[in-house]
This record gives sequence, C-alpha cells and structure tokens, in this order.
Amino acid sequence: MLTRLDRRTLLAGSLALGASGLVLPRIALAQTTGTRKVLFVLLRGAADGLSMLAPVGDPGFAGLRGAALADYEGAARIGSFFALHPALTEVGKAATAGEALFVHGAATAYRERSHFDAQNLLETGGSAPYATKDGWLNRLVSLTAEAHKGEVPRALAIAPAVPLALRGDAPVSSYAPSALPAASGDFMTRVASLYEADSELASLWARALETRAMAGDDNLNSLRDASANGALVASLMQGARGAQIAMIEVDGWDTHANQRGVFARQARGLDALLAAYRTGMGEEWRDTLVLVATEFGRTAKLNGTGGTDHGTASAALVMGGSVRGGRVEADWPGLGAGQLYEGRDLAPTIALESVLAGAVAEHFRLDPAQTLARLFPGRIGKPLSGIVRS
Amino acid sequence: MAIDDLAVRVNVAVASETPLVERLVHFWSNHFSVSVAKPGTQFEAGPHEFNAVRPHVLGKFSDLLKAAVLHPAMLLYLDQFQSIGPNAPFQQRRAARANLDPQAPRGLNENLAREVLELHTLGVGGGYTQADVTELARALTGWTVPGIGRVGRFAQEQASGAAFVGLVHEPGTRKILGKNYAAGGPEQALAVLDDLAAHPSTARFIATKFARHFAGDTPPEGLVARLEADFRTTGGDLASLTRTLIASPEAWVAGPVKFRTPFEWFISAMRLSGLEGLEPQRIARVLNELGQAPWRAPSPAGYDDLAASWAAPDVLFRRVELAERMAQGAPADDVLARAEAAFPDALSDMTRTWLTRAESGRQALALLLVAPEMMRR
Repeated sequence: MLTRLDRRTLLAGSLALGASGLVLPRIALAQTTGTRKVLFVLLRGAADGLSMLAPVGDPGFAGLRGAALADYEGAARIGSFFALHPALTEVGKAATAGEALFVHGAATAYRERSHFDAQNLLETGGSAPYATKDGWLNRLVSLTAEAHKGEVPRALAIAPAVPLALRGDAPVSSYAPSALPAASGDFMTRVASLYEADSELASLWARALETRAMAGDDNLNSLRDASANGALVASLMQGARGAQIAMIEVDGWDTHANQRGVFARQARGLDALLAAYRTGMGEEWRDTLVLVATEFGRTAKLNGTGGTDHGTASAALVMGGSVRGGRVEADWPGLGAGQLYEGRDLAPTIALESVLAGAVAEHFRLDPAQTLARLFPGRIGKPLSGIVRS
Repeated sequence: MAIDDLAVRVNVAVASETPLVERLVHFWSNHFSVSVAKPGTQFEAGPHEFNAVRPHVLGKFSDLLKAAVLHPAMLLYLDQFQSIGPNAPFQQRRAARANLDPQAPRGLNENLAREVLELHTLGVGGGYTQADVTELARALTGWTVPGIGRVGRFAQEQASGAAFVGLVHEPGTRKILGKNYAAGGPEQALAVLDDLAAHPSTARFIATKFARHFAGDTPPEGLVARLEADFRTTGGDLASLTRTLIASPEAWVAGPVKFRTPFEWFISAMRLSGLEGLEPQRIARVLNELGQAPWRAPSPAGYDDLAASWAAPDVLFRRVELAERMAQGAPADDVLARAEAAFPDALSDMTRTWLTRAESGRQALALLLVAPEMMRR
C-alpha cells in the first residue's frame, strides 16, 4: 500500500502550477480582506462525485457503472486517474488553466443518509444535525470582520429566501430575479415608513432595497437560466460595493433513476453557471474563491433503475484565480468490495469541513485552526492547506 | 391540468368558511409533499391532495398515511413505480433471457421507503436502520401506477388509485423494526404502514411538527407532550389531535407566533382584498413569484415551516410588488374599517396612521396588505 502522501502525489495532476503563483506580484493585503470574495455553491440533493470526476483508473469503476463508462471516453483527464464529466467543459478549461482544484472522497461528519439532516449539518457546520442554529457562512462573516477589525463583509444569498448556511447574527441580504411588476417609488417610500417601528421588517426592507439597487435591471425572470444566473451573481459581487460572501443553491442532484441523462443535464447547468460567473468577475476573478459542495455522495453501484441511492463521500470543487488547481486532492479509498463504506458507498477519506475551512482561511488570510474551530466546531483533524497560492 | 388544480386549492381556501380545515389540508399535504417537477406527476399532485389527503385530515393518521403514500403521485414522485423485487418472478424471467439491457430498470429502489420512515412516520432518529429501509422497500415492491410498462396487464387496481403487480413483488416474509410480516401481496406493505402509524416515535414526530406549525417555531414542550399523548391514546385520531390543539392555552397566546409563508400570506391577502376571479395561470405565476408554489417544494420534506426560511429581504420585496398590483383590481372602500375588522384590538397605531395618510383607497389597501400585521400570524 502507498502512504497517504504518496497517493496524493501520485494523483496530482499538473505539477507546473506551483510556479504560476509566483508570477503575480502580491500587494500587501495580508492585514485586510481587501476585495477578496467567496461564493459558496451548494448542490442540493447529493451530487454524485463518481460521475462528476470519474475514477476511470480504478479497476473497480467499470464494474460498478457499466454503460456510463462510455461518457468518459475522450473526456478531459485530471491527472492520469480521473476523468471529468464531459458536460463540465468550462470547469475543465479552468482546471487546465490551473484554477480548479478537485477534492475527492470528501464527506462531512455526517454518516447517515438523510438529505435534510446532511444539508442541515453541512449548512450549520454543527457536529450533529439541528445542534447549531446559525450557518457557517454567517459565522465566516463575523469571523472575517473580527479578524481584520474592519467593516462587516457584505453577505448575500442569491435565492428567494436565505438558506441556512447564511442565517445568523451577521446581516445578510437575499436576492432573486422577479417577474412581478415593479412597485412605484411612492409606494415603496410609504412602505419604508410603515415598517419604521418594526425592527425586523425595517431591516429586511432596507436590505432588499440595497440589493435591488445593485442588480439594476437583471433582465431575468427566474433563477432557471444557468448562464444568465452566473452573470447575475457576478454582477452582485463585483466592485467595492459588491457582496464579499455569497451563496447560491443548485437543486436537482438526487438522481435515483436514469442517472446518466439527469446528471449530464445538471452538470451542463452548473458548468454554464460557473463559466458565466468566472467571466463576469473579470479582473476580480484573481481574488475570488468558489466552493462547490454537496451534502453527501451516492452509492457506488448503479441501482435497479439506472440511478444511485444515498451514499457517503462525494467530490468537491474549489475554483478561483488564486487557487492551486489543475489537480485532485484525494486519499483514494478504492472501489473494491472490501473498500466501499458499508459495502456500498465511496468511503470518506477527507473531511469536507477541513476543505471549506482551509480554503476560506487561506483566502481571507485567517488562522486556519481558529477558522475550523469557529465554522465547524468539534472537528478533529487539521484544515486542508495549500489550496490557495500565497 | 395542474394549474387548474392549483386554482381550485387557492379559491377554496380564499372562500372557505372553515379556514382551519384548509390549513390542516395544507399542513398534511406539505407533510406528504409531492412535486409536479417530477415527470409524470403533473396531473396527480392535485388529486393527491384532494383525494388522498383532504378526506383524512380529521380522520385516522393510519388511513391518511396509506392513502397519501400509496397514491400514484407519491409512487411516481419517489420512484416507487419502477422498483422491482430482485427475486420477484418477473425479474427471474428477465434474468433468464440472454440479451438483458443493463440500463433498463431492473431492481429495488429504496427512495420511497426511506422517506416514509424519515419524513412521514418515525422521523430521523426515530429508531430505524438502513436494514429497515431496505426491508420496507422490498415490502413496497409491486405497488405501482396503473398502465405502466410491460407488467401493466397484470395490475390489480387498488383503492388509492394505485395498482399492485404481484409479478414484481419481492416474495417472502419481511422483518421491520423487529417485527415479522408474513409473505403476501399488497397487504404486506399496508400492515407495515399501520404499524409505523402506531409507533411511539411517530406520535412524537407528528406532535412536534403539528405544534411547530400552529404555536411557533420552537413549540412549548407542554403542548408537544399533550399532543403526543393524545396521538398515542387515540391511535392517531386527527380530529382529537386538532381539538386538543384548540383547547390548549399555548395556541391562544397574544401576538403573532409565526412569519407567514408566501402561500399563507397570499391567501390572507386575497381574503382581505376581496379580489375575485383571478385566472388560474395568473394564480400559478404569482405563487411562483412569491416563492412557494404548492406541490413544487424542492424536496420530499416539503416547504420549511420556520420563520427564518421566509423572513428574507427578497420574500418581503415580492409581497410589496404584488400588493400594489392586487390593490388596483380590488374594492378599495373603507380600508381602515376593514383593517379594524380584520385585526380587532391588534391594529398598531403606526399602521392606522399610514393607512389614514394614504393618497387613495387603493394605496391604503396596498399598504394594509403588506402591513406588519399581515406578515405574521
């Protein structure tokens, strides 16, 4: 058997990437968050990591996935072992540019198979579902403000309602495109007066107006069009007034049946969203970090209806102009009969919490251990390091 | 068409003289959530609520459970319709054939079984294991939708509107939560569902959820315990459960306990505005824009029943946009009097002041529709 370190090295893709970090001169931003931005993309429904980044080098893979193997013929490789799903074209280009890092075999501390409990744990960052009331992204807002003794970073949910990960004491706004006729200015002024004595509604109203002003005319009627959506998120995060910490959700990953087609469609949407976002951030992409994660993985073997059921470990994606990408971070557990978790799932070998905490700590120049303890209390182990070029 | 069903749901709720019953229907329909986003369920979601949920909201929980879980809408939504017992006669015959398409549906799907245990009955932490999920999935094989696939001609119609196909049912006895169930046909799953309905974890789970809906996001423990005891002693009599809720002081505290969900706000706004005759298309579009289209919850857990999920800037903004539009088509006389009547002894001075200062009856009505009193219940 290879050691953990050896296997990681073995799986590493492009080795040239370390050097590219030296090209850009770093301005001394170490004591402030500067204009750094983080976007958290939550894939709800348990996205299948083995489809996203297929371990085609594993001798067990073909037997588990059968006909789906054909999808990866000619697909972009990340290292020699993994093939990227063909629908993730733009993500693949980002990987080639060294700006996309994959983490495989990652799972939160949750080991059951309920979407809702797993999402609750991933969003709150608690060590058990429902144990914590606020979300880890909201605590990141407070932590960043404290650590840099500065202004509270602007936080935004690009969703009709604030998802749990962003709920908490720090102020958060939410925004989603609307097809309703715009209210008149006079009416909106009166509504503001009506809410003056009601602190909850007054605060919600103020934040709604602020975000509306930033979005301008979004020309969107809903959050369905993935590419326009990515551009919208970028428009809400760009510039000094843009949101620094934001979140968007992508539903529909619960592929219990006919997974090949459903996953490809989902992946195309995600790819378009991320590509449009990357383009939209322009120069700021250099200081932007995108975290893509899901609540858990799916069963290794296809079920009787051409789908997969609730599993354990999955893959996560970290993107950004300063990410040490183009590689896969994994301690590959293997797909052999004795290697699967409970005989059915990809076994978890990396804590997803350590990936999220490590990434935001390096990006915002926070102390990694403190960041992990604050965002994901009660976790043993160290935050993953070497995610962002310093 | 699903949109017409949606309009029926809204119009009944707006016109109802027994709004509590409507709330019960909406509560239980959300508890047994199905989504029209799943292909095939578009024409089944309305009938699921009308025929499987509504008749039982003041009946027995076990009857509600069986009707709602085994309705075609749920069987389609949670993939049960294509689940096949690995040792069922149909499967054995197919396996014997040489050129089997490896991608074709050919086995067990545990989606419905898991959600029945986790969301409909015992709840997470209710004391079941992965083995119980798989066993329940086996017991449920054979329950499918009429007219599907090559086994359709063997289907026996069932009371729920579903069909049972013995050829795809997994043979043998099942062991679930420590109890054995004799081999059999459709009655095997029915027997398991009856026992799940009577399980103590179910009583606790339902009591908590019921209390949270009516008495606030963090319901008083005394109320939960009383509802739980009621559920257990009456064997899940939902009329008794509702009476116990009404008789409880915790249900009558002064001041609002919940931020209204978009659907609740829309129904209240429709009732208060007196707006009538909205086209089904328009109702569907508006509910979608408000953020809570019925039968379209993002997961089988249904829509969240917590204020924190709905008290968001954008949610509020949409209500304001819609209120101004609604007020343009509604009767706009005596708005202040209507406000006093709708919120007796509960209208704030602030709201009264701004209704009085409105430049027109229409504007006063629009303001009333988004007043703090309307945002909470």
